[in-house]
Amino acid sequence: MILAQVQIHNRAGDESCVADNGLCPDWIWDNFDRYVDPFWDHVYLTVVAVAIGFAISFALALVAYRRRWLIGPIVNVTAILYTVPSVAAFFLLLPVTGRGNTTALIALVSYTLLILFRNTLAGLDNVPEEAKDAGRGMGLTSRQLLWRVELPLAVPEIVAGLRVAATTTVGLATLAFFAGAGGLGEQIFADINFKSNVVTAGGLCVLLAVALDIGLLLVQRAVTPWSRA
Amino acid sequence: MEAATLEFREATKVYPGSTEPAVDHLSLEVPAGQICVLVGPSGCGKTTAMRMVNRMIEITDGDIRLDGKSVTERRPAELRREIGYAIQQVGLFPHMTVAGNVATVPRLLGWDKRRITARVDELLELVSLDPAETRDRYPSQLSGGQRQRVGVARALAVDPPLMLMDEPFGAIDPINRERLQNEFLRLQQEIRKTVVFVTHDIDEAIKMGDRIAVMQKGGRLAQYATPAELLSNPANAFVEDFVGADRGLKRLSLERVRDVDLWRAPLVRDGEEPPTGEFDLDYPLVVDEAGRPVRWLSGSRAEPLIELDDVLRDALSEMLEQETQYAPVVDKQGAVAGVLSIEIIGATLAQEP
Repeated sequence: MILAQVQIHNRAGDESCVADNGLCPDWIWDNFDRYVDPFWDHVYLTVVAVAIGFAISFALALVAYRRRWLIGPIVNVTAILYTVPSVAAFFLLLPVTGRGNTTALIALVSYTLLILFRNTLAGLDNVPEEAKDAGRGMGLTSRQLLWRVELPLAVPEIVAGLRVAATTTVGLATLAFFAGAGGLGEQIFADINFKSNVVTAGGLCVLLAVALDIGLLLVQRAVTPWSRA
Repeated sequence: MEAATLEFREATKVYPGSTEPAVDHLSLEVPAGQICVLVGPSGCGKTTAMRMVNRMIEITDGDIRLDGKSVTERRPAELRREIGYAIQQVGLFPHMTVAGNVATVPRLLGWDKRRITARVDELLELVSLDPAETRDRYPSQLSGGQRQRVGVARALAVDPPLMLMDEPFGAIDPINRERLQNEFLRLQQEIRKTVVFVTHDIDEAIKMGDRIAVMQKGGRLAQYATPAELLSNPANAFVEDFVGADRGLKRLSLERVRDVDLWRAPLVRDGEEPPTGEFDLDYPLVVDEAGRPVRWLSGSRAEPLIELDDVLRDALSEMLEQETQYAPVVDKQGAVAGVLSIEIIGATLAQEP
């Protein structure tokens, strides 16, 4: 493993700040380009992982909502996936799926499942019984009840799950370079002793997490005007 | 839509795993346009009986017929769209505005937008809500009484021939409940729906029902009768006990002052000689130019003033409070229409309905 000890090759100049591994605004300004592509890799990994994770958990939650006996097994399996250390997951998958995005995504997706499944199900379970009774009593079929009443009312909890999943995935995706998927983690570990480097790459991670969190919150507010009424 | 006739024929419900029926061979017919109240203690099967009508609960045996057609032959969702449904907790959809809630069934039936908007406003006015003010509100922004009204409007949305109402005013404070009851009765004068109304409150049953079905434990029908019959001739000890020891007084709340034969008393203008002739009461009553009572000629105050639309129970209560045997009755303009006496009330109670 060639890891943290490697230095960024072409550190510009011989200013003392850079030589001392300090926090150097000038260096960050001049070298910002090197973080752009990894940043977008990171965005890609996070968004795709959460999207796939959500699609799977959402489907599982809909099935388990009607067939309650499935809840136990699904929670158990996703909880086991959740507890596998991420680095271990990458290495376990490498012989099967090879280096690259696929391996990273499989691991990242598997971490989102438990949170997203539980929140979606909790959202559905919290729909007031009397609203469901009134809906059925007025002649909504179970499918109409699900899409017109139950799911809209579950949106706040579903989005809460997505926010947790998105922010955790931003963090976990810093390890995706172990699977050869790039991302900001690769930059961080490229020169872990150089403060300017670590702060910039790390800072971008935090920014991404905050941006996703706020974005999801705004989406939720837009689609649930009733929750603020 | 024309109100429908509803008929329970030996309708029975036995829940799985239970040996006792929840509703036991219930047979009764609700004529079109009447309010039938199902009343009884908790666990008597009244809600189950109601919910069998729109197949929220499936019947085990027997039949329920709507305009002669068995509900079991209909697809549940379609059947339910033709039956208004209002429940105690209202069950408004929190994520929809008032307009969206009221429009639920019209949307299911695919009405066009303009028709829905017009209908929503019409319904909100019908239940005494200002459409402009309430239309775009969410349920959480309404008071309990307003929510209940929206619930009724929603149930009436497609002008269903039958309404099911499960303790619709049960969660409302007494003052607003009374108001909503009166409003609904007034509304019913207009819309003339067939209504199945479930309550555990015998006073509400007497007030709201054209006919009352008293149910007892085990889902059996104890008596099915008009309120007056029920109060004067309870079918058995259970009904007698359930309607309460004050059933005589309750009967008095069924009759209005205008429905009894009032006494005539001599009326005099101030300073004039009392008229001569045959009167039911020998105490002359002094009136002003408009015929409004001023005082008894003897000098005692002409109180309380009873109105023709008062129910006998309220009139009696006021007379007892004033410790008087006689009270002048006035019409809408305030002119004397006659005299009510404790004796008249007593005679009314003695009559069989």
